Amino acid sequence: MIPAIIVFAYLAGIFYIGIFAFRRGKASGEDFFLAGRGLGPTVFLLSLFGTNMTAFSILGSSGMAYHRGIGVFGLMASSSALVIPLTIYLIGTRLWAIGKRFGHMTQVQFLRDRWDCGHIGTFLFAISAAMLVPYIVIAVMGGGVTMERISGGAVPYAAGGGVVALVVMGYVFFGGMRGTAWVNAFQTALFLSFGAAAIVLIAGDLGGFDGEMAKLAGDPKRAPLLSRERISEREFLSFMFIPLSSIMFPHVSIMCLTAKKVGHFRKTVVLYPLCILALWAPAVYLGVIAAARNPGLAPGQTDDVLLWLLSNHTGVVVSGVLGAGIMACVMSSDSQIMALSTMFTQDVFAYYKGKERFGDRVQVWTGRAFVVAIAAGAYAIAIALRGKASIFDIAIRFAFSGFAALAPVMLAALFWRRSTKWGALAASAWTLAAALGSWWLFSISAPGKPFPFLPEVFGRAPGNVTVWGFQPVVPMVLGSALLVWLVSLLTRPPSPATLARYFPPAVNVPTSFQG
Amino acid sequence: MKRALAGGLVLVILLHQDFWLAKNATLLFGFLPAGLAYHMAYTGLAALAMAALVRWAWPRELEDEDRPAP
Repeated sequence: MIPAIIVFAYLAGIFYIGIFAFRRGKASGEDFFLAGRGLGPTVFLLSLFGTNMTAFSILGSSGMAYHRGIGVFGLMASSSALVIPLTIYLIGTRLWAIGKRFGHMTQVQFLRDRWDCGHIGTFLFAISAAMLVPYIVIAVMGGGVTMERISGGAVPYAAGGGVVALVVMGYVFFGGMRGTAWVNAFQTALFLSFGAAAIVLIAGDLGGFDGEMAKLAGDPKRAPLLSRERISEREFLSFMFIPLSSIMFPHVSIMCLTAKKVGHFRKTVVLYPLCILALWAPAVYLGVIAAARNPGLAPGQTDDVLLWLLSNHTGVVVSGVLGAGIMACVMSSDSQIMALSTMFTQDVFAYYKGKERFGDRVQVWTGRAFVVAIAAGAYAIAIALRGKASIFDIAIRFAFSGFAALAPVMLAALFWRRSTKWGALAASAWTLAAALGSWWLFSISAPGKPFPFLPEVFGRAPGNVTVWGFQPVVPMVLGSALLVWLVSLLTRPPSPATLARYFPPAVNVPTSFQG
Repeated sequence: MKRALAGGLVLVILLHQDFWLAKNATLLFGFLPAGLAYHMAYTGLAALAMAALVRWAWPRELEDEDRPAP
């Protein structure tokens, strides 16, 4: 029970941070939804990184490494270490500048304005919102499961999930984006130190890792865990496309708008890869250690191998503190709830004249009401569908591919004058159809069996359908890029006035004035 | 300079595909698998690549937005 008490104390602490942020806030919409575009460099880095990390980063990755080996780090972490900061550098900085110049608070506001379109923006809002909901549900489920395990069953799943939903709702409701960013920054600092602490403590208890690694190396069946032999070359290549999704997640792109200065992005893009290293390397490594210590677990039983290692190799108090670190990762739904609230109030309420009619204050309260509705809805789903987390896991997997496939749309909007709303619509429709199509193909097939049709094209891996051996994300991203290019060339570009706003002509300085 | 940076970035992207280490289960120092060590070093290389972009290809024109509105 002691670990559970420590976790409860931690939850009380982060709730207080939200209340503190509320006291520091102003009543304006920009303050509630974007922390007044005033975050400093350290909070910006930590909150942006924390926003991107989910329960999977710490629990799921070690569970996956248990079965597939150390290659999971290259598959998911080192690819993200390059691609995510690169997209923050290319896209995040531009979104920040355009948002500040024109007052945008969401991606859809920018895209509507950039392409002179209304309903296509609404379509993009609907796709993005639908792909975000599973994250919130899975975080509540993860909170319930973690509390139950940490407390040894003393805190049941429903109560644990309820407490997590209530705490997140509380600090988002009161603190808005400022509270969310502060809590995220605190949580990130906690879970970044978690990895190193877990490695040191478990290594100390085991007397080092040499023995466990030698055990794996000497067993022909388990030796492949020490390489990436269990990951095909095409799967490995496919995963380079997945991190393109990061900047397209609404909570990440909205977080990019909160920096006080564009210079704050400098530290973020340089340190981001090192933050990934600090979090993922221990999680993956310990997943492989768990395979050496406790072999034979089936997929689905391994998401808590890290908790198992901690409870077996550290004391109760340390286990509780590290459990709080795990909760920090599991509870990353705060920024998603905040993003959905911002999107609803900006892309729907304000767009359809709600703000004009009722004013800024009502807009903020609409956002808060939406926060309550999302948290309550996510809790109800988490309770009703307990034990069916795999549904949401699958939905998230397809959402990653879907958001990655929307990245070419954003690149076209920012860097290509000639891009059009019809190109964006074609790419978005392709993304939706391909995500639903691959989900359907996934549901009618089974791993290890020949694919029901076109077996030379489609295949079935345990976690996904493959297309010529590649993950669906590859054809989705390439198809999206091709469509936005082709359809844009075939349709009329936005008005010259709009283009002049987004691509102002370079100022020609007469040569006599040049230094 | 920007062309050199773009070329360097392409090289870094290609270096991620470490097919030559795919089946290498060698343990460095007795506890660290070679493939994991490679990708840990790769994240360091990614940080250096980002530092180079920030140093030599920073979009300075965006800094105009830092100034408060008149």
